[in-house]
Amino acid sequence: MVKSASLEGLRVLEGSRAVAEAVKLCRAQVISAYPITPQTHIVENLAEIVADGELKAEFVNVESEHSAASVVLGASATGARTYTSTSSQGMALMSEVLYNIAGLRLPVVLSCGNRALSAPLNIWNDQQDSIYVRDSGVIQLYAEDNQEAVDMHIQAYKIAEDHRVLLPLMVCIDGFLLTHTFEPVYLPTQGEVDAFLPAYQPLYYLTPQSPLTMGAFAEPDKYMESRYMIHQAMERAKGIIEEVAQEYGRIFGRYQGGLVEEYQVADADVVLMGMGSMVTTMKVAADEMREQGKKVGVLKLRAYRPFPAEAIRRALRPGVKVAVVEKAISLGGLGITTGDLCSAFYNQTYRPYIRGFIAGLGGRDISPTSLKQIVNRMEAEVEGGELEFIGLNRELLEEG
Amino acid sequence: MTTISRSVKPLIAPGHTACTGCGLLLGARLCLEAAGKEIIVTFATGCLEITTSRYPESAWEVPAIHSLFENSAAVASGIEAALKVLGRSQEAKVIAQGGDGATADIGLQALSGMLERGHDILYICYDNEAYMNTGVQRSSLTPLAARTRTSPIGPSSWGKSAQKKDMPAIAAAHGIPYVAVASVGYPPDLQRKVKKALSISGPKYLQVHIPCPLGWAHDSSLTIKVAQLAVQTALYPLYEMENGAITSVRQVSRRLPVTEYFKHQGRFSHLLRPGAEAEVAKIQAVADANAQKFGYPPIR
Repeated sequence: MVKSASLEGLRVLEGSRAVAEAVKLCRAQVISAYPITPQTHIVENLAEIVADGELKAEFVNVESEHSAASVVLGASATGARTYTSTSSQGMALMSEVLYNIAGLRLPVVLSCGNRALSAPLNIWNDQQDSIYVRDSGVIQLYAEDNQEAVDMHIQAYKIAEDHRVLLPLMVCIDGFLLTHTFEPVYLPTQGEVDAFLPAYQPLYYLTPQSPLTMGAFAEPDKYMESRYMIHQAMERAKGIIEEVAQEYGRIFGRYQGGLVEEYQVADADVVLMGMGSMVTTMKVAADEMREQGKKVGVLKLRAYRPFPAEAIRRALRPGVKVAVVEKAISLGGLGITTGDLCSAFYNQTYRPYIRGFIAGLGGRDISPTSLKQIVNRMEAEVEGGELEFIGLNRELLEEG
Repeated sequence: MTTISRSVKPLIAPGHTACTGCGLLLGARLCLEAAGKEIIVTFATGCLEITTSRYPESAWEVPAIHSLFENSAAVASGIEAALKVLGRSQEAKVIAQGGDGATADIGLQALSGMLERGHDILYICYDNEAYMNTGVQRSSLTPLAARTRTSPIGPSSWGKSAQKKDMPAIAAAHGIPYVAVASVGYPPDLQRKVKKALSISGPKYLQVHIPCPLGWAHDSSLTIKVAQLAVQTALYPLYEMENGAITSVRQVSRRLPVTEYFKHQGRFSHLLRPGAEAEVAKIQAVADANAQKFGYPPIR
């Protein structure tokens, strides 16, 4: 929720520009990106900012996303604050390195301008690309709007670089719907951000003054402990994400949730759960349905990894029905966050009725009308609660 | 026997797990000691990684990072960029390392990017001419007719059917200031080239020929001799290129036929059998072309 009442500091910016300004305010020192497969305007804006001397940073133009991630890996290991961004195929190409960055415990911050994966080739928004790297050890936060995207990037460095965490963090912002959309955005001042986010203090870094080896291999008697420690850091990150969001809220007057944001959840009969820009549409739909006497609430997942099972359980009262709306799918399996949500409740004394709805793949619109349709489907409990696709064109399917 | 005096502390410590007679660890140690300890190194997945960095042990006496198989050059690019922006460039030179597969196959793209962008990095390719760590599979730097597990000998195969990729020429085509080829068979020449490379600012490429007793199937006491024979037969000429032009060639007093090189190595043993003459002639032609290019004497 945006609480700033004054127009001071308010600018109308494209989402990509707003994110670039946030990264500048965070004083990223090494920025590396590949321009295609596909990219947003974020890095073009940052290239300009660096070229104009507004940010003292090395901008490394690489030949692939694999190298973009490798460059920020090397730079972070040397003690620099780093940034990269990508989406879609670029995220897939980067994925090998993302696992490695997490394993090396390097607090790289990156943005994913969420887009669909090929085939068919489709450059439009869904969230399959970030979900694809769900298990990499990269913290994933999803922004609802461009203001949250700005605030989330500033929080991201503070969370990732916290010595209790030391993990890479990906801020996910819906491609086009946010990255290419102009919205009014409050940008904090450099002084405010400097006070909130001091310079990166690495725990270890590469220097001849104190030689160390990073990236050793681990045999079966050591590997599992290393993975367990990453998992523990993820668990600790839950507390840090909440803590940093609250601190940010106190200082900057904006708190859009920590791990989750609850919107009219407390007394809701049906709760719509989602991530990213669809949450705004959900809030609009919920308001309209409440006017018609239907008690609908919205649960926004701000953090997807680590998965905030405890926060979700606290938010959802017994008897509530939850409709999970997903812009990604595990083909041949479940809706992915639907599976996460079911797991969060399976061993509990009460389990809400949960159903998954796949919507908005490859840039298809999720409208308030389609969300109302979903709520109507939820009112009658369907046996088995099987997965449903919203807005399929049956004529196209029959054409074969 | 010649003894090389060691005046510096080893920068790759004894106790690594490489095989007896390993050309790679010898080559890496010679390179690092020529460079001195004010360096930060990257190393790719492979024998250099597996023999030096088994947690919780490390043979590296300098700051060292291993990330993946194909990104040694890109990780080094990030290190160099970070040193620059942090005002620490004077603190260390950056050296990226990889085997022939990590350099010429899977990591070629990342290396090309590093060379094109002009980073101040020395890239060292340790060339043992196959994927040795995984049990001897052919790479694009495996020479013609060499036997590997994926270029086996059979009624319809003479070993690797393709030529060795001219990786130094590919590096030089990026317009970089320094490219050199060296060999563990000639340590002073190798160390001179490392020092020279590090005295030049910008991207540098050094390819070091490193016999592998396991993969080449030669006696582990013959590592240096086999390395020298590769040079003396003109199959592995040692030279330097500065700004695209060849500026030095290590001459040989007496050029030997390629069969002298083959006879110590199991990977070429099929070429010494009757009926292999046509294959041998193809490889001799490669050596002869090298000899002509680099001004070697005729075979005596």
